[in-house]
Amino acid sequence: MKLLDARGLSCPEPIIMLRNEMNSSAAAYQIIVDNTAARENVTRYAHHQGYQVEVSEKGGEYTLNITR
Amino acid sequence: MSLKNEKATIVVAGIVIGIIASLLSFLGNPINMGFCIACFLRDTSGALGLHSAAAVQYIRPEIIGLVFGSFLLACGRKEFAAKGGSAPLTRFVLGFLVMIGCLMFLGCPFRMILRLAGGDLNAIFGLVGFVGGIFAGVFFLSKGYSLKRTYKLPALEGRLFIGIEAVLLVLLIAAPAFIHFTEPDGGPGAKHAALLVSLVAGVAVGALAQRTRLCMVGGIRDVVLFREWKLLAGFIAILFSALLFNLLLTVVTPDVYFNLGLSGQPVAHTDGLWNALGMFLTGIGCVLLGGCPLRQLVLAGEGNTDSGITIIGLMVGAAFAHNFGLASSAAGPTANGRMAVVIGIAVVLLIAGFNTFYKNEA
Repeated sequence: MKLLDARGLSCPEPIIMLRNEMNSSAAAYQIIVDNTAARENVTRYAHHQGYQVEVSEKGGEYTLNITR
Repeated sequence: MSLKNEKATIVVAGIVIGIIASLLSFLGNPINMGFCIACFLRDTSGALGLHSAAAVQYIRPEIIGLVFGSFLLACGRKEFAAKGGSAPLTRFVLGFLVMIGCLMFLGCPFRMILRLAGGDLNAIFGLVGFVGGIFAGVFFLSKGYSLKRTYKLPALEGRLFIGIEAVLLVLLIAAPAFIHFTEPDGGPGAKHAALLVSLVAGVAVGALAQRTRLCMVGGIRDVVLFREWKLLAGFIAILFSALLFNLLLTVVTPDVYFNLGLSGQPVAHTDGLWNALGMFLTGIGCVLLGGCPLRQLVLAGEGNTDSGITIIGLMVGAAFAHNFGLASSAAGPTANGRMAVVIGIAVVLLIAGFNTFYKNEA
Protein backbone atom coordinates (compact mmCIF):
# COMPACT_ATOMS: atom_id res chain seq x y z
CA MET A 1 0.00 0.00 0.00
CA LYS A 2 1.50 3.32 -1.12
CA LEU A 3 0.51 6.33 1.02
CA LEU A 4 0.08 9.74 -0.66
CA ASP A 5 -0.55 12.99 1.23
CA ALA A 6 -2.36 15.44 -1.06
CA ARG A 7 -3.80 17.62 1.71
CA GLY A 8 -3.86 21.30 0.80
CA LEU A 9 -3.39 20.57 -2.89
CA SER A 10 -6.04 21.47 -5.46
CA CYS A 11 -6.81 19.66 -8.64
CA PRO A 12 -5.25 18.58 -10.84
CA GLU A 13 -2.24 18.09 -8.52
CA PRO A 14 -3.66 15.19 -6.44
CA ILE A 15 -4.58 13.32 -9.63
CA ILE A 16 -1.14 13.88 -11.15
CA MET A 17 0.40 12.63 -7.89
CA LEU A 18 -1.69 9.46 -8.09
CA ARG A 19 -1.07 9.02 -11.81
CA ASN A 20 2.69 9.29 -11.39
CA GLU A 21 2.52 6.62 -8.65
CA MET A 22 0.34 4.38 -10.78
CA ASN A 23 3.14 4.39 -13.35
CA SER A 24 5.23 2.53 -10.75
CA SER A 25 4.05 -0.93 -9.85
CA ALA A 26 2.11 -0.69 -6.57
CA ALA A 27 -1.38 -2.20 -6.78
CA ALA A 28 -2.95 -0.30 -3.90
CA TYR A 29 -2.82 3.32 -2.81
CA GLN A 30 -4.09 5.41 0.04
CA ILE A 31 -4.42 9.12 -0.73
CA ILE A 32 -5.54 11.81 1.70
CA VAL A 33 -7.22 14.94 0.31
CA ASP A 34 -8.99 17.80 2.08
CA ASN A 35 -11.50 19.18 -0.40
CA THR A 36 -14.53 17.68 -2.08
CA ALA A 37 -13.35 18.61 -5.59
CA ALA A 38 -10.17 16.57 -5.11
CA ARG A 39 -12.14 13.71 -3.55
CA GLU A 40 -14.52 13.53 -6.52
CA ASN A 41 -11.86 14.01 -9.20
CA VAL A 42 -9.45 11.45 -7.74
CA THR A 43 -12.31 8.94 -7.34
CA ARG A 44 -13.35 9.47 -10.95
CA TYR A 45 -9.79 9.13 -12.23
CA ALA A 46 -9.19 5.90 -10.25
CA HIS A 47 -12.44 4.41 -11.57
CA HIS A 48 -11.36 5.30 -15.11
CA GLN A 49 -8.11 3.44 -14.53
CA GLY A 50 -10.03 0.34 -13.41
CA TYR A 51 -9.53 0.72 -9.66
CA GLN A 52 -12.07 0.52 -6.83
CA VAL A 53 -12.29 3.37 -4.33
CA GLU A 54 -13.40 3.43 -0.70
CA VAL A 55 -13.73 6.82 0.95
CA SER A 56 -13.71 7.61 4.67
CA GLU A 57 -14.07 11.12 6.08
CA LYS A 58 -12.66 12.55 9.30
CA GLY A 59 -12.63 16.22 10.27
CA GLY A 60 -12.90 17.50 6.69
CA GLU A 61 -10.16 15.18 5.42
CA TYR A 62 -10.94 12.30 3.10
CA THR A 63 -8.94 9.10 2.99
CA LEU A 64 -9.35 7.26 -0.31
CA ASN A 65 -8.37 3.58 -0.38
CA ILE A 66 -7.70 2.70 -4.00
CA THR A 67 -7.37 -0.96 -4.91
CA ARG A 68 -7.66 -3.18 -7.99
CA MET B 1 -23.27 12.09 -8.30
CA SER B 2 -22.44 9.96 -11.33
CA LEU B 3 -20.25 11.29 -14.10
CA LYS B 4 -23.17 11.26 -16.51
CA ASN B 5 -25.18 13.48 -14.16
CA GLU B 6 -22.18 15.76 -13.63
CA LYS B 7 -21.83 16.21 -17.38
CA ALA B 8 -25.55 16.88 -17.81
CA THR B 9 -25.43 19.43 -14.96
CA ILE B 10 -22.47 21.32 -16.40
CA VAL B 11 -23.99 21.37 -19.90
CA VAL B 12 -27.26 22.80 -18.54
CA ALA B 13 -25.27 25.33 -16.49
CA GLY B 14 -23.28 26.26 -19.60
CA ILE B 15 -26.45 26.78 -21.62
CA VAL B 16 -27.92 29.04 -18.91
CA ILE B 17 -24.66 31.00 -18.58
CA GLY B 18 -24.46 31.47 -22.36
CA ILE B 19 -28.00 32.87 -22.43
CA ILE B 20 -27.32 35.18 -19.46
CA ALA B 21 -24.14 36.46 -21.16
CA SER B 22 -25.95 37.13 -24.42
CA LEU B 23 -28.85 38.81 -22.60
CA LEU B 24 -26.48 41.10 -20.67
CA SER B 25 -25.25 42.54 -23.98
CA PHE B 26 -28.87 43.05 -25.02
CA LEU B 27 -29.57 44.77 -21.68
CA GLY B 28 -26.70 47.23 -22.00
CA ASN B 29 -23.27 45.61 -21.70
CA PRO B 30 -20.89 46.03 -24.68
CA ILE B 31 -21.44 43.55 -27.53
CA ASN B 32 -19.65 40.23 -27.02
CA MET B 33 -18.97 41.38 -23.45
CA GLY B 34 -21.91 40.10 -21.46
CA PHE B 35 -19.20 38.76 -19.24
CA CYS B 36 -15.49 39.45 -19.34
CA ILE B 37 -13.71 38.94 -16.06
CA ALA B 38 -10.54 40.69 -17.25
CA CYS B 39 -12.41 43.68 -18.71
CA PHE B 40 -14.67 44.00 -15.68
CA LEU B 41 -11.79 43.87 -13.19
CA ARG B 42 -10.03 46.46 -15.37
CA ASP B 43 -13.12 48.69 -15.34
CA THR B 44 -13.31 48.31 -11.56
CA SER B 45 -9.62 49.28 -11.20
CA GLY B 46 -10.39 52.35 -13.29
CA ALA B 47 -13.41 53.31 -11.22
CA LEU B 48 -11.21 53.18 -8.13
CA GLY B 49 -8.77 55.56 -9.84
CA LEU B 50 -5.98 52.97 -10.09
CA HIS B 51 -5.73 53.89 -13.77
CA SER B 52 -7.14 56.88 -15.59
CA ALA B 53 -8.31 55.46 -18.92
CA ALA B 54 -11.59 57.39 -18.92
CA ALA B 55 -13.28 55.02 -21.39
CA VAL B 56 -13.09 51.99 -19.08
CA GLN B 57 -14.14 53.00 -15.58
CA TYR B 58 -17.08 51.34 -13.83
CA ILE B 59 -17.48 49.13 -10.76
CA ARG B 60 -18.94 46.09 -12.55
CA PRO B 61 -21.67 44.51 -10.39
CA GLU B 62 -21.19 41.18 -12.23
CA ILE B 63 -17.85 40.71 -10.44
CA ILE B 64 -19.40 41.42 -7.04
CA GLY B 65 -22.31 39.09 -7.85
CA LEU B 66 -20.00 36.27 -8.96
CA VAL B 67 -18.18 36.33 -5.63
CA PHE B 68 -21.45 36.60 -3.67
CA GLY B 69 -23.08 33.77 -5.66
CA SER B 70 -20.14 31.47 -5.10
CA PHE B 71 -19.97 32.39 -1.40
CA LEU B 72 -23.68 31.77 -0.80
CA LEU B 73 -23.76 28.42 -2.57
CA ALA B 74 -20.47 27.30 -1.00
CA CYS B 75 -21.93 28.07 2.44
CA GLY B 76 -25.13 26.21 1.56
CA ARG B 77 -23.18 23.18 0.35
CA LYS B 78 -20.80 23.33 3.32
CA GLU B 79 -17.89 23.84 0.93
CA PHE B 80 -16.83 27.22 2.31
CA ALA B 81 -13.35 26.86 3.82
CA ALA B 82 -10.90 29.61 4.69
CA LYS B 83 -7.58 28.52 3.28
CA GLY B 84 -4.46 29.92 1.65
CA GLY B 85 -0.71 30.22 1.97
CA SER B 86 0.26 28.55 -1.29
CA ALA B 87 2.85 30.95 -2.74
CA PRO B 88 0.68 34.10 -2.54
CA LEU B 89 3.23 36.50 -4.02
CA THR B 90 3.91 34.17 -6.96
CA ARG B 91 0.15 34.06 -7.55
CA PHE B 92 -0.02 37.86 -7.43
CA VAL B 93 2.68 38.08 -10.12
CA LEU B 94 1.00 35.40 -12.24
CA GLY B 95 -2.34 37.20 -11.91
CA PHE B 96 -0.67 40.48 -12.95
CA LEU B 97 0.86 38.85 -16.06
CA VAL B 98 -2.34 36.99 -17.00
CA MET B 99 -4.04 40.40 -17.13
CA ILE B 100 -1.29 41.75 -19.43
CA GLY B 101 -2.05 38.82 -21.77
CA CYS B 102 -5.81 39.37 -21.54
CA LEU B 103 -5.52 43.07 -22.36
CA MET B 104 -3.30 42.30 -25.35
CA PHE B 105 -6.11 40.08 -26.68
CA LEU B 106 -8.88 42.28 -25.20
CA GLY B 107 -10.68 39.70 -23.12
CA CYS B 108 -10.36 36.84 -20.68
CA PRO B 109 -10.96 33.22 -21.74
CA PHE B 110 -14.68 33.67 -20.95
CA ARG B 111 -14.93 36.64 -23.33
CA MET B 112 -12.89 34.71 -25.91
CA ILE B 113 -15.79 32.23 -26.06
CA LEU B 114 -18.34 35.04 -26.20
CA ARG B 115 -16.39 36.72 -29.01
CA LEU B 116 -16.49 33.45 -30.95
CA ALA B 117 -20.21 33.24 -30.23
CA GLY B 118 -20.58 36.73 -31.70
CA GLY B 119 -18.82 35.73 -34.93
CA ASP B 120 -15.54 37.50 -34.10
CA LEU B 121 -13.02 35.29 -35.92
CA ASN B 122 -10.06 37.10 -34.31
CA ALA B 123 -10.87 35.01 -31.27
CA ILE B 124 -9.78 31.90 -33.20
CA PHE B 125 -6.21 33.26 -33.15
CA GLY B 126 -6.67 33.82 -29.43
CA LEU B 127 -7.96 30.27 -28.99
CA VAL B 128 -4.95 28.82 -30.81
CA GLY B 129 -2.56 30.72 -28.53
CA PHE B 130 -4.66 29.81 -25.49
CA VAL B 131 -4.49 26.08 -26.28
CA GLY B 132 -0.73 26.41 -26.86
CA GLY B 133 -0.35 28.09 -23.47
CA ILE B 134 -2.34 25.33 -21.80
CA PHE B 135 -0.13 22.65 -23.42
CA ALA B 136 2.94 24.51 -22.11
CA GLY B 137 1.41 24.70 -18.62
CA VAL B 138 0.46 21.01 -18.69
CA PHE B 139 4.06 20.14 -19.56
CA PHE B 140 5.23 21.69 -16.30
CA LEU B 141 2.33 20.17 -14.31
CA SER B 142 3.22 16.70 -15.59
CA LYS B 143 6.84 17.26 -14.58
CA GLY B 144 5.78 18.07 -11.01
CA TYR B 145 5.04 21.83 -11.04
CA SER B 146 3.48 22.87 -7.74
CA LEU B 147 3.03 26.08 -5.76
CA LYS B 148 2.86 23.82 -2.66
CA ARG B 149 -0.04 23.22 -0.35
CA THR B 150 -2.58 25.57 1.19
CA TYR B 151 -3.35 25.68 4.92
CA LYS B 152 -6.50 26.25 6.91
CA LEU B 153 -6.85 29.88 7.97
CA PRO B 154 -9.01 31.77 10.48
CA ALA B 155 -12.63 32.27 9.35
CA LEU B 156 -12.26 36.05 9.07
CA GLU B 157 -9.36 35.71 6.62
CA GLY B 158 -11.56 33.66 4.28
CA ARG B 159 -14.44 36.13 4.50
CA LEU B 160 -12.43 39.32 4.00
CA PHE B 161 -12.60 39.13 0.22
CA ILE B 162 -16.40 38.93 0.36
CA GLY B 163 -16.23 42.01 2.60
CA ILE B 164 -14.10 43.83 0.04
CA GLU B 165 -16.69 43.08 -2.66
CA ALA B 166 -19.44 44.37 -0.33
CA VAL B 167 -17.48 47.62 0.07
CA LEU B 168 -17.26 47.89 -3.73
CA LEU B 169 -21.04 47.48 -3.93
CA VAL B 170 -21.51 50.30 -1.41
CA LEU B 171 -19.13 52.52 -3.41
CA LEU B 172 -21.00 51.70 -6.62
CA ILE B 173 -24.38 52.60 -5.13
CA ALA B 174 -23.20 55.65 -3.17
CA ALA B 175 -21.01 56.84 -6.09
CA PRO B 176 -18.92 59.34 -4.10
CA ALA B 177 -16.94 61.94 -6.06
CA PHE B 178 -13.67 60.01 -5.79
CA ILE B 179 -15.10 57.07 -7.74
CA HIS B 180 -14.72 57.47 -11.52
CA PHE B 181 -17.40 56.41 -13.97
CA THR B 182 -17.04 56.64 -17.74
CA GLU B 183 -19.17 59.51 -19.09
CA PRO B 184 -22.24 58.49 -21.14
CA ASP B 185 -21.10 57.52 -24.68
CA GLY B 186 -17.53 57.78 -23.43
CA GLY B 187 -16.56 54.18 -24.18
CA PRO B 188 -17.15 50.57 -23.11
CA GLY B 189 -17.25 51.59 -19.44
CA ALA B 190 -20.45 53.54 -20.09
CA LYS B 191 -22.16 50.50 -21.56
CA HIS B 192 -23.70 48.45 -18.83
CA ALA B 193 -26.92 46.76 -17.88
CA ALA B 194 -28.88 48.12 -14.90
CA LEU B 195 -27.07 47.63 -11.59
CA LEU B 196 -29.52 45.12 -10.15
CA VAL B 197 -29.70 43.11 -13.39
CA SER B 198 -25.91 42.85 -13.54
CA LEU B 199 -25.68 41.94 -9.86
CA VAL B 200 -28.32 39.20 -10.10
CA ALA B 201 -26.72 37.84 -13.30
CA GLY B 202 -23.40 37.70 -11.47
CA VAL B 203 -24.94 35.88 -8.49
CA ALA B 204 -26.57 33.32 -10.79
CA VAL B 205 -23.42 32.65 -12.80
CA GLY B 206 -21.29 32.58 -9.63
CA ALA B 207 -23.57 29.97 -8.06
CA LEU B 208 -23.64 27.85 -11.25
CA ALA B 209 -19.86 28.06 -11.61
CA GLN B 210 -19.37 27.11 -7.96
CA ARG B 211 -21.70 24.14 -8.30
CA THR B 212 -20.11 22.81 -11.51
CA ARG B 213 -16.50 24.03 -10.94
CA LEU B 214 -16.69 25.46 -14.44
CA CYS B 215 -13.34 26.72 -15.67
CA MET B 216 -12.32 27.83 -19.14
CA VAL B 217 -8.71 26.71 -18.63
CA GLY B 218 -9.54 23.55 -16.70
CA GLY B 219 -11.67 22.29 -19.60
CA ILE B 220 -8.85 22.07 -22.12
CA ARG B 221 -6.27 21.19 -19.43
CA ASP B 222 -8.21 18.14 -18.23
CA VAL B 223 -8.70 16.84 -21.76
CA VAL B 224 -4.95 17.15 -22.42
CA LEU B 225 -3.97 15.65 -19.06
CA PHE B 226 -6.56 12.94 -18.42
CA ARG B 227 -8.86 12.74 -21.47
CA GLU B 228 -11.53 14.09 -19.11
CA TRP B 229 -14.22 16.04 -21.00
CA LYS B 230 -16.51 17.19 -18.19
CA LEU B 231 -15.28 20.78 -17.81
CA LEU B 232 -14.81 21.26 -21.55
CA ALA B 233 -18.45 20.26 -22.07
CA GLY B 234 -19.44 23.34 -20.04
CA PHE B 235 -17.16 25.56 -22.13
CA ILE B 236 -18.69 24.23 -25.38
CA ALA B 237 -22.24 24.59 -24.03
CA ILE B 238 -21.60 28.30 -23.33
CA LEU B 239 -20.27 28.78 -26.86
CA PHE B 240 -23.27 27.21 -28.56
CA SER B 241 -25.97 28.67 -26.34
CA ALA B 242 -24.54 32.21 -26.60
CA LEU B 243 -24.16 31.72 -30.37
CA LEU B 244 -27.77 30.62 -30.82
CA PHE B 245 -29.07 33.37 -28.55
CA ASN B 246 -26.98 35.99 -30.40
CA LEU B 247 -28.48 34.81 -33.70
CA LEU B 248 -31.95 34.94 -32.18
CA LEU B 249 -31.39 38.49 -30.83
CA THR B 250 -30.03 39.58 -34.23
CA VAL B 251 -33.23 38.36 -35.88
CA VAL B 252 -35.76 39.72 -33.40
CA THR B 253 -34.12 43.04 -32.43
CA PRO B 254 -32.85 45.90 -34.62
CA ASP B 255 -29.29 45.46 -33.31
CA VAL B 256 -26.58 43.07 -34.52
CA TYR B 257 -25.29 40.50 -32.02
CA PHE B 258 -23.67 38.19 -34.55
CA ASN B 259 -21.28 39.56 -37.17
CA LEU B 260 -19.10 36.93 -38.80
CA GLY B 261 -15.67 38.21 -39.80
CA LEU B 262 -12.36 39.68 -38.74
CA SER B 263 -12.68 43.44 -39.11
CA GLY B 264 -15.08 45.82 -37.41
CA GLN B 265 -15.61 43.59 -34.38
CA PRO B 266 -16.62 45.29 -31.12
CA VAL B 267 -13.77 45.99 -28.68
CA ALA B 268 -11.28 43.88 -30.66
CA HIS B 269 -8.32 44.24 -33.02
CA THR B 270 -7.21 42.15 -35.99
CA ASP B 271 -3.55 41.46 -35.19
CA GLY B 272 -3.63 37.65 -35.23
CA LEU B 273 -0.10 37.04 -33.96
CA TRP B 274 -0.55 39.23 -30.90
CA ASN B 275 -4.04 37.95 -30.21
CA ALA B 276 -2.45 34.49 -30.09
CA LEU B 277 0.56 35.50 -27.99
CA GLY B 278 -1.63 37.39 -25.51
CA MET B 279 -3.80 34.34 -24.98
CA PHE B 280 -0.72 32.08 -24.85
CA LEU B 281 0.43 34.11 -21.84
CA THR B 282 -3.07 33.92 -20.36
CA GLY B 283 -3.33 30.16 -20.96
CA ILE B 284 -0.04 29.16 -19.39
CA GLY B 285 -0.46 31.62 -16.52
CA CYS B 286 -3.93 30.29 -15.71
CA VAL B 287 -2.78 26.66 -15.75
CA LEU B 288 -0.03 27.58 -13.29
CA LEU B 289 -2.65 29.36 -11.13
CA GLY B 290 -5.02 26.36 -11.29
CA GLY B 291 -7.87 28.17 -13.02
CA CYS B 292 -9.07 30.98 -15.27
CA PRO B 293 -10.02 34.44 -13.89
CA LEU B 294 -13.67 33.34 -13.51
CA ARG B 295 -12.61 30.32 -11.49
CA GLN B 296 -10.37 32.53 -9.32
CA LEU B 297 -13.39 34.70 -8.43
CA VAL B 298 -15.42 31.61 -7.56
CA LEU B 299 -12.61 30.16 -5.43
CA ALA B 300 -12.18 33.50 -3.65
CA GLY B 301 -15.90 33.32 -2.81
CA GLU B 302 -15.31 29.85 -1.35
CA GLY B 303 -12.75 31.29 1.07
CA ASN B 304 -9.54 30.70 -0.89
CA THR B 305 -7.33 33.69 -0.06
CA ASP B 306 -4.71 32.69 -2.65
CA SER B 307 -7.36 33.29 -5.29
CA GLY B 308 -8.20 36.58 -3.56
CA ILE B 309 -4.55 37.63 -3.96
CA THR B 310 -4.68 36.49 -7.60
CA ILE B 311 -7.68 38.76 -8.25
CA ILE B 312 -5.84 41.69 -6.69
CA GLY B 313 -2.88 40.81 -8.97
CA LEU B 314 -5.24 40.90 -11.96
CA MET B 315 -6.61 44.30 -10.90
CA VAL B 316 -3.16 45.79 -10.33
CA GLY B 317 -2.03 44.30 -13.67
CA ALA B 318 -4.94 46.06 -15.36
CA ALA B 319 -4.02 49.36 -13.75
CA PHE B 320 -0.40 49.06 -14.91
CA ALA B 321 -1.54 47.94 -18.37
CA HIS B 322 -3.36 51.24 -18.85
CA ASN B 323 -0.88 53.44 -16.99
CA PHE B 324 2.06 52.10 -19.04
CA GLY B 325 0.17 51.91 -22.36
CA LEU B 326 0.31 48.11 -22.57
CA ALA B 327 -3.38 47.47 -23.28
CA SER B 328 -4.46 47.07 -26.88
CA SER B 329 -7.32 49.04 -28.40
CA ALA B 330 -9.47 48.59 -31.48
CA ALA B 331 -6.53 50.15 -33.37
CA GLY B 332 -4.32 47.21 -32.40
CA PRO B 333 -1.59 46.33 -29.91
CA THR B 334 0.94 48.92 -28.71
CA ALA B 335 4.72 48.59 -28.88
CA ASN B 336 4.85 48.65 -25.08
CA GLY B 337 2.19 45.96 -24.91
CA ARG B 338 4.14 43.66 -27.26
CA MET B 339 7.25 44.07 -25.13
CA ALA B 340 5.26 43.41 -21.97
CA VAL B 341 3.74 40.20 -23.36
CA VAL B 342 7.18 38.88 -24.38
CA ILE B 343 8.62 39.73 -20.97
CA GLY B 344 5.52 38.25 -19.35
CA ILE B 345 5.93 34.94 -21.18
CA ALA B 346 9.60 34.81 -20.15
CA VAL B 347 8.78 35.51 -16.50
CA VAL B 348 5.97 32.94 -16.45
CA LEU B 349 8.30 30.30 -17.93
CA LEU B 350 10.88 31.12 -15.23
CA ILE B 351 8.23 30.80 -12.50
CA ALA B 352 7.07 27.50 -14.01
CA GLY B 353 10.63 26.16 -14.32
CA PHE B 354 11.66 27.10 -10.79
CA ASN B 355 8.53 25.60 -9.25
CA THR B 356 8.99 22.40 -11.26
CA PHE B 357 12.71 21.67 -11.19
CA TYR B 358 14.08 23.66 -8.21
CA LYS B 359 11.07 23.70 -5.91
CA ASN B 360 12.71 21.91 -2.98
CA GLU B 361 15.71 24.20 -2.67
CA ALA B 362 14.87 27.00 -0.26
